[in-house]
Amino acid sequence: MNGRSFRGGVHPAGHKGLTDNKPIEKCTLPDKVVIPLQQHTGAPAKPLVEVGDKVQTGQKIADSTGFISAAHHASVSGEVTQIAVAPHPLGRKMVAIEIASDGSDEWIEMPTVGQEELPALSPGKIRDIVAQNGIVGLGGAAFPTHVKLSPPPDKRLDLYVLNGAECEPYLTCDDRLMRDRPRDVVAGLKLLMKGVGLTQAIIAVESNKPEAVAALNQEVLKEPGISLEVVRVKYPQGAEKQLISALTGCEVPPGGLPMDVGVAINNVGTAVAVADAVIRGKPLVERAMTVTGPAVAEPKNLLVRIGTPVWHLIEQCGGFKEPPAKLISGGPMMGVAQYSLDAPVIKGTSGIVAFTRHETVEESYEPCIRCGQCVAVCPMRLLPSELGILIENSRFVEAQDTNLMDCMECGSCVYTCPANRPMVQWIKFAKSELRKIAAREKAKQEQSA
Amino acid sequence: MLELEKPLAVSVSPHFRGTDTVQRVMFDVVLALIPAVIAGVYFFGARALWIVLISVAAAVGTEALLQRLTRKPVTVTDCSAIITGILLALNLPPAAPYWLPVAGAVIAIGIAKTIFGGLGKNIFNPALIGRAVLIAAYPVAMTKGWLKPLWWQGQGFFTNAVANSQGAAFDAISCATPLVKEGTPDPFTLGDLLIGKVGGCIGETSAILIIIGGLYLLARKRILWQMPVAYIGTFALLAALFGGARGLTVAEEVFAGGLMLGAWFMATDMVTSPLTGKGQLIGGILCGLLTFVIRLKGGYPEGVSYSILIMNMTTPLINRYTKPSRFGAKRSAKHS
Repeated sequence: MNGRSFRGGVHPAGHKGLTDNKPIEKCTLPDKVVIPLQQHTGAPAKPLVEVGDKVQTGQKIADSTGFISAAHHASVSGEVTQIAVAPHPLGRKMVAIEIASDGSDEWIEMPTVGQEELPALSPGKIRDIVAQNGIVGLGGAAFPTHVKLSPPPDKRLDLYVLNGAECEPYLTCDDRLMRDRPRDVVAGLKLLMKGVGLTQAIIAVESNKPEAVAALNQEVLKEPGISLEVVRVKYPQGAEKQLISALTGCEVPPGGLPMDVGVAINNVGTAVAVADAVIRGKPLVERAMTVTGPAVAEPKNLLVRIGTPVWHLIEQCGGFKEPPAKLISGGPMMGVAQYSLDAPVIKGTSGIVAFTRHETVEESYEPCIRCGQCVAVCPMRLLPSELGILIENSRFVEAQDTNLMDCMECGSCVYTCPANRPMVQWIKFAKSELRKIAAREKAKQEQSA
Repeated sequence: MLELEKPLAVSVSPHFRGTDTVQRVMFDVVLALIPAVIAGVYFFGARALWIVLISVAAAVGTEALLQRLTRKPVTVTDCSAIITGILLALNLPPAAPYWLPVAGAVIAIGIAKTIFGGLGKNIFNPALIGRAVLIAAYPVAMTKGWLKPLWWQGQGFFTNAVANSQGAAFDAISCATPLVKEGTPDPFTLGDLLIGKVGGCIGETSAILIIIGGLYLLARKRILWQMPVAYIGTFALLAALFGGARGLTVAEEVFAGGLMLGAWFMATDMVTSPLTGKGQLIGGILCGLLTFVIRLKGGYPEGVSYSILIMNMTTPLINRYTKPSRFGAKRSAKHS
């Protein structure tokens, strides 16, 4: 047991050996890409193109519609063939812009910032470039990065944390980014720090990635304000609140944000995207991701254009070697099970994991035996067993009073539960029921007003 | 373009689960009880084994029958009824009539468990309810069947006739337990208590073997240390401070009777004991206090089962006041 950590958590088998020795490989261009208008936390973007328009790679095709929103860019050159409802990896179908690739991958000219100009770059300019290039958090939640760089004036930040924990089993794309592009990780971090005017930063990496630590160490040694922290291998070490508590001892208050404890935090992939955008003038049109799992013939780390359909990635990895029984967008602990191979890669997609029937868990469950395992592992220190029983009996408001909303759905409770109880499913259900109840009450009030 | 042969399974995350099962949890408890059963059988002969087997069969049979009758899935393979059966048998005198474990098991499973909704929903430890009802309903059968340890030597391990007998023949092999309130107990030493060479219930023999079973449960993380430590510690402390009426040393009080079995196997029952370590500590202290009051200040020779049953009643209350503090509620001060 080495490195700092948080209270609770579980130790699922990592299965990272399938891909951690494979450098990030460029994925071939798909024939068409499907770019959903909503790939991020916040308001969906609005299209800037029409069906029939010719677009170039990197051209902005949808603009943000508010402060918490993000722009999207064409990830291939070609023709806009459809703006319509299309499959989305988060389950529900959503409006997307479909572009048929012309195969030439012709890039639009974008302004770049030379090495010599970097030191003179203003925080406002960095925020602007980040927003213009459609950068969102690449760790999963896809929160627009320019918003993180614009804390309200009453919040004083004093530490930037770069999250390289990558605690989800199977995924290795962040590990590979740190090993293959450590210079860009640090360059991106320096830009992010500058964007919010910070001089102190910690890059946190789980201790199961010694090569990433060694590679980053070379770069970090040159930077006085940046340090490297090796944290314990434990799930969910990479959850932002848990990582901040491991590094600083401070806990983000319930319902709060990292900025409430003076911390700004981003994923290592986001830092690389920022470096690409500022230094190379490259909008967020591609991302590193892991395509893996026992059903995949040749698991790989791939650099994939946003909007590439899942089946194209599987083909890129030699197809299925066994029939897939479950296909997960993201990691196996928090990812979303797919019902088809058509959903596209979006900005928050960190991996595709294909399970055969052997890894696919049975969904039957037994009564709670009150063993307390879930309570012991819950990183938010909730009572998952009690929440489960309350929700099973439709007692949603009581569940809310039992701090339901604190749950980040990491799945540690379900992972450890001997009765295989689907607490995360119930909790998601209860949250949506409570949203409905709140909406009904609001409508009632408006009616009576 | 890649096609799917079969539809994909869709479910909510996590898609990755640990290997633990309810059956494995319960089976661990069964395994941990085996040393205590072996000790009981060794000291009290094959008769003790029959009582254990009858009790287990009655517990499992009652559960299966009731589930069949109420058209619920039959879940006896989860092993939880086996535990109830073994624990009930371990709480019976070795010379108890064979119908006694059957009556106890029907009460334990039928009333204390199934009526409340089955596994996980019962408020009280089923085996202890079984025992409590038997003591109230059949006080003679429950308190007269004490056999001398190793009484079967010279008569044969499988002898049953004498233990079933009455009068002088039975008196020759019966004994008074160390915790007897009226009269004097058969002579014993602390060493006898540790290895189990004393009269008492089938499971009130070897303290060492019970502790070995308990340590196995601790190592497998099936129980928390707080319960046995707080229970035994509180009782020992009170016994040392205020003593008792019957001139036993503190160590003798601790290792005699059902305290070891209760503290390691019954107070720790996950369904009926508090959820968190802090809660288990409070529950353990409460059990220790009640056992001391009943055993040493009350008129009753043993107090373990009632103490644990009372603690079971307080479990929801203890749980309410020992909730873990939610993340960020306390340590949210800005770091320096």
